[in-house]
Amino acid sequence: MSQKNTKGGGAPVGPGVGPGGPGGMGRPVEKAKDFKGTLRRLIRYLSPHKLLLLAVLFMAVLSTYFSVLSPEVMGRATTKLFEGIIGKMNGVPGAEIDFQYVGQIIMQLLGLYLLSALFSYFQQYIMASVAQKTVFDLRRDVNDKLTRLPLKYYDARTHGETLSRVTNDVDNISSTLQQSLTQLITAVLTIIGVIIMMLRISPLMTLIAVLTLPLSVVAITSIAKRSQKQFIRQQKELGQLNGHVEEMYTGHKVIKAFGRERKSLQQFEEINERLYEAGWKAQFISGVIMPIMSFIGNIGYVLVAVVGGILVTKGTIKVGEIQAFIQYSRQFTMPITQTANIANIIQSTVASAERVFEILDEEEEVAEEKKPVVLEQPQGNVVFDHVKFGYDDKNILIEDMNITAKQGETIAIVGPTGAGKTTLINLLMRFYEVTDGAITVDGVNIAHMKRGDLRSLFGMVLQDTWLFNGTIRDNIAYGHEGATEEEVIRAAKTAHADHFIRTLPHGYDTILNEEASNISQGQKQLLTIARAILADPAILILDEATSSVDTRTEVYIQKAMNELMKGRTSFVIAHRLSTIKDANLILVMNHGSVIEKGTHEELLAQGGFYADLYNSQFSKGGFDLEVG
Amino acid sequence: MLKLFRNLKPYRLLVIAVLVLVFFQSLSELYLPTLMSDIIDTGVVKGDTAYIWNIGIFMLLVALGGMVCSIGASYFSSKAASGFGKSLRAKVFNHVENFSLEEFDKLGTASLITRTTNDITQIQQVLIMILRMMIMAPMLCIGGIIMAVSKDATLSLVFIVVIPGLALAILLIARKGMPYFKAIQLKIDKLNLVMREGLTGIRVIRSFNRIDHEKKRFQAANLDLTETSIKVNKIMALMMPIMMLVMNFSSVAIIWFGGLRIDSGHMQVGDLMAFLQYAMQIMFSLVMVSMMFVLIPRASASAIRINEVLDMVPIIKDAEVLKPATGKKGYVEFQNVTFSYPGAEQPAIQDISFAANPGEVTAIIGGTGSGKSTLISLIPRFYEVDSGRVLVDGTDVRDMSQEELRKKIGLVPQKSVLFTGTINDNIRYGKEDATDEEIRHAAQIAQASNFISEMEDGYDSVIAQGGSNVSGGQKQRLSIARALVRQAEVYIFDDSFSALDFKTDAKLRAALKQETQESTVIIVAQRVSTVLDADRIIVMNDSQIAGIGNHRELMETCDVYREIVYSQLSEEEIA
Repeated sequence: MSQKNTKGGGAPVGPGVGPGGPGGMGRPVEKAKDFKGTLRRLIRYLSPHKLLLLAVLFMAVLSTYFSVLSPEVMGRATTKLFEGIIGKMNGVPGAEIDFQYVGQIIMQLLGLYLLSALFSYFQQYIMASVAQKTVFDLRRDVNDKLTRLPLKYYDARTHGETLSRVTNDVDNISSTLQQSLTQLITAVLTIIGVIIMMLRISPLMTLIAVLTLPLSVVAITSIAKRSQKQFIRQQKELGQLNGHVEEMYTGHKVIKAFGRERKSLQQFEEINERLYEAGWKAQFISGVIMPIMSFIGNIGYVLVAVVGGILVTKGTIKVGEIQAFIQYSRQFTMPITQTANIANIIQSTVASAERVFEILDEEEEVAEEKKPVVLEQPQGNVVFDHVKFGYDDKNILIEDMNITAKQGETIAIVGPTGAGKTTLINLLMRFYEVTDGAITVDGVNIAHMKRGDLRSLFGMVLQDTWLFNGTIRDNIAYGHEGATEEEVIRAAKTAHADHFIRTLPHGYDTILNEEASNISQGQKQLLTIARAILADPAILILDEATSSVDTRTEVYIQKAMNELMKGRTSFVIAHRLSTIKDANLILVMNHGSVIEKGTHEELLAQGGFYADLYNSQFSKGGFDLEVG
Repeated sequence: MLKLFRNLKPYRLLVIAVLVLVFFQSLSELYLPTLMSDIIDTGVVKGDTAYIWNIGIFMLLVALGGMVCSIGASYFSSKAASGFGKSLRAKVFNHVENFSLEEFDKLGTASLITRTTNDITQIQQVLIMILRMMIMAPMLCIGGIIMAVSKDATLSLVFIVVIPGLALAILLIARKGMPYFKAIQLKIDKLNLVMREGLTGIRVIRSFNRIDHEKKRFQAANLDLTETSIKVNKIMALMMPIMMLVMNFSSVAIIWFGGLRIDSGHMQVGDLMAFLQYAMQIMFSLVMVSMMFVLIPRASASAIRINEVLDMVPIIKDAEVLKPATGKKGYVEFQNVTFSYPGAEQPAIQDISFAANPGEVTAIIGGTGSGKSTLISLIPRFYEVDSGRVLVDGTDVRDMSQEELRKKIGLVPQKSVLFTGTINDNIRYGKEDATDEEIRHAAQIAQASNFISEMEDGYDSVIAQGGSNVSGGQKQRLSIARALVRQAEVYIFDDSFSALDFKTDAKLRAALKQETQESTVIIVAQRVSTVLDADRIIVMNDSQIAGIGNHRELMETCDVYREIVYSQLSEEEIA
C-alpha cells in the first residue's frame, strides 16, 4: 500500500514539485496541435544517438527481466518454508525446512537483484548523456535559427515569449527525456513481464487483478474531469491575484498619494477569497484520486489473498505464489498509474516541442547575395531611390521616397513619439527589406552586399542603450574586435566617458550587472557613443532623446555626439532644435510615414506640420526670450 | 518556516482532524498485512474456506475505512492549506500596503511581488505535502516497526542494520548531488542571461556584426550546462538502483532469518509474509521522508523571504496626537530640510528652505541625483526628514494624518502608472465621487480628450494591465488628468511632461495655468522650456540648492542654471 503512496505521490503536488514532474494527475494537460508530426520530429532529434538508445532499451529489458523474475523465485523460498513447517506440524517423519534449498534460492535472489540494479543503473547512466546531448543540439539549433530570423520576427512578439520557448520548453523536454522516457520503457516492459508471470501462476487470479483495471480508469477519468475544471478556475484566479498584486505594488506611490489603500485591500480580499474557494476544491478533488486508486488496489489485494488462499487449500497453487502474486499485482498497478501520468507528461512535452519547432520553422531572412559587393573605402553617400515600404502589404508607409545624403551630411528625422522613426533605421540597416525601389550606399544597392558588411558601415547610438553583462572595456570594444587598450581609452576619452569610468571602483574592469543598473542612463549612453567611436563607421544613426539623462551628463553626450558626427554621414532622430536647424535635410514623420522633407527654412515656408510643430513651441510655450 | 506555520492557528481544528484521520488511515494500512497473515496461518493452514472469506470481507471493510479517512484527510488538509495560504497572503499584502516608499526601496518592488505571490504559493504547496505525506510517513514508519516487533521482536533486529544503511545511502548520494544541483541553477541562469541579452540587443548585435561572437558565447554556456547536467544525472542514476537494492537485500535477509525463526517454532509463515510487507512500508516511508528533505530547503528559502517582509516595520506612522487644521490652503514650506536615504553616506538633499504659495508655479531643475524627486516626495511624506520641517498649510506633515495630508495633494509621478480598468476609472481614481463632467474637464486640460474620443469606446475604453495599450505620452496625460480631477491644493508634477511632444507640452501648460490659480504648483523638469515661465525656479545641484529665482535672475546669478540652459537651447534661442 505504501508503495503506491510513494510512487504516484506526485499527484497532489504543484508543478515542478516532487517526483511526479510537471502536470500531476487531474491537472489540465496542454495538447499539441499536431501530436504525431511533432513526436516524429522529436524522435529525429534522438536519432544520432540511435545506438545508445538501443543500449538503453537493452539494459531496460535486462533490468526488467531480472526484477520481474525475482518475486517468483522468492515465492519458492516461502513455499519451501511453508511446506517444511506444515510437514513438521503434521508430524511427517524427517520433515524439516530444507535450508540448503532456501539458501540456494537466496543466492539466486541476491544475484537477480544485483543484476537488475546494475542494469537499471546503466540504463539511467547512458540516458543522461543521450538526453542532455539531444537537448544541447536542440538549444544550439534554436539559437542558430534565432540569428537567422529577420527583425520582423522579434518585433512581432515579446522577448519573454521567445525566451520561454528556449528555456522553459526546452527544459521540459530535457526532464522528460531524462526521466519519463526510461520510466515509460520500464513501465511497459514491466507490465508485459508481470502479466506473463501472473498467467503462469494462475490465470484466474490474473483475471481478477486485471478486472480492477477498468474500475480505476473510470474512477480516474471521472474525477480528473472535475478537478481539471477547478484547476483551470484556480489558475485563472491566481493569475488575477498576481496581476492585482503586481499592479498595486508597482503603483504603490500612486496608491499612497491618492489614499486608496483601503480600496486596493478590499479588491485583494475579494480575489483572495475566490482563489481560496477554487484552490481548496481543486486540491481536494485531485486529492481524492489517490485514496480511491489505493482502495481499488486494495480490493484487488484482498481478492488475491482470498482467492489465492482458497486455491492453496485446494492445492492448485502454492503459498509462496500468493506472496509472489501480491507483489506482481502491485508491480502491475504501479506502472499503469505511472503510464497514465507519463502519458500526460509526454503530451505536454510534445506541446513544448511543438512550440520550439515553431521557431525552427519561422521564415528566415532573405538569403545573402552569392557574390556580394564589398566597399573597400566607404564614403557614406546614401541614396533612397524610389523606395516603397510597408510592414505588411496592406499598409504601405512609404510610397515613393527619394533622398540623397552626401558624405558628411546630417539628416534630421523629427516627429511626435510613435511616428515611426525607427522604420528608416530598419531599412537602412536592412533589418527589413524594402518592398520596392532601392537604397544605395556609394552607389551600391545594399541588397547586393552582405548584411554583416553593410551593417559594419553604420554606427548606432540608440535610446535603448544595449550593453551586455561584462566589463566596461569589453563593452566599448564590442564593435571592434581586437582593439588595443589605448584605442579603448582613446575612444572613451573622445566620448567624455573616461572620467566617469575612472571614478568607478574597478575602472575599465568594472563589470556591468545584468540590467547595467550600476551606472546611470546617461553614462550608458556615453559608453555606447564610445563604442561607436571605436567602431569608426562611415555612417551614423543617432537618437538624441535624452529624457532620462541629467542635464550635465547631457552636455557631455551632446559634445560627444558632435565629435562623433564630424565627417560622417549622420541620420539623427532629433530632439534638439539646434541639430534640426543645422541639418542638411529634415524628414518629418507622422503616423509611420514621411510627410514632409526639406531644410528648416523650406519647411517653415511650406507652413505644414513642421511649421506647426515649430511654432507651437515658440509662440505659446512662453519662449519669451530676451536674455543675454 | 515554523514561525509562518503559526498562521495555521485559525485552522488548528482542521489540522487536528487531518492528524486523526491520517492516524486511522495508517492504522488501516498497517492492519491489512496482519489480516492477510491470518488468512495464511489460520485459513490456509487449516483449509478453512469460510474463514478466508470472512477475513477477506473484513479486510475490504478495513480498506474502505482507510479510504474514507484518507478522503476526509484530503478534504481537511486542502481547506487548511488553502486557508493558510489565503490568510498569509492577506497578511503580507495588508502589511505591504502600509509600507512607505522607504521599505519599498529596501526590498524592491519586483521582489515584493514574488514574495507575495510565488513564495506563498510555494509554502502552501509544501504545507499540503506535509499534511498529506509528512504526517503519514512517520506514522507508517513507527507503526510498521511496532507491528513488526509484535510479530517477531528478534527478527526486527534486521532493521537495525537496514535502516541506517538506507539512510546513509540516500544521504551520501544527496550530498554528492546537491552541489551540482546548485551549479546547474547557476548555469541555467547564465544561459538565460546570454539568451536574453541576445534578444534585447538584437539590433546592436546585428549592426556590429557580432552574431558569431554571440553564438560562441551561447554555445559555451550551453556546453557548460550540458556537461554539468550529464554529471549530476549520472550521479542521480545511482539513487533508485541503490535504494531498490537495499530494500531487496533486506527482504532476502528477512526470509533467511525468518526461515530460521520459523524452523525453531518462534514464527509462522503468514507472520513472515506480513513482516516482509511491514519492512517495505518502513523503508518506503523513509524514502518519503527523504523526499521532504529536498522540498523543505526550497520552501524555507521562501519562508525566510516572507518573514523578512512581515518583520519589516513601516517607519512612517501617524502621530498619536494630531494637530488641527489651520484653515490655510495651498501653502508648502521647507525649513532647513535634510534627508538621507537609509544607509547612504551623503544626504540626498541638504538644508533645503523655500516656500510656495497658492497661485504660484515653483519649478525644480537639476541633474539626476541632484535630489529633485527626493525633495518632492517629502511633501506627501513618502519619506521622513532627518532634520528640519516640511509644512503643508502651515502644519508640519508629521502632525497630520497621512490621509488628510495626501487629500490635499495631486501628484503626477515620474513614471505614469495606470491601473486595469476603463479610462473613466483611471481618472476617477483621483476623486472617487467625481462626476462625468469633472472627468471630462480634467481630461480636456490634460490634453487627453482628443485621443480618448478617438478611441473606440471613448471614456469607457479599457486600459490593459500596466497601461500597455496606450503610448507613453497618453499615459502621462491620463495620469495628469487623474491628479487634476482631485482639485487639490498642491499639485506636484514630477518630470511629467517628458513624453509629450513640444506642442502638447506647451498647450497643456497653458491650460494648466488657468486651472490651478488657487493652488500651489510644483514642477520637476528636465527641459528648460518647461520651467522658463515659472514664478520661482529652484536649481538643485549635488543635493543642495544652487539658486532660487526666476529665469532672468538665474541667468545672471547661477552658473549651474546657465550651463543647463546652454546645453539645451541654441544661442539664437537664448538671445
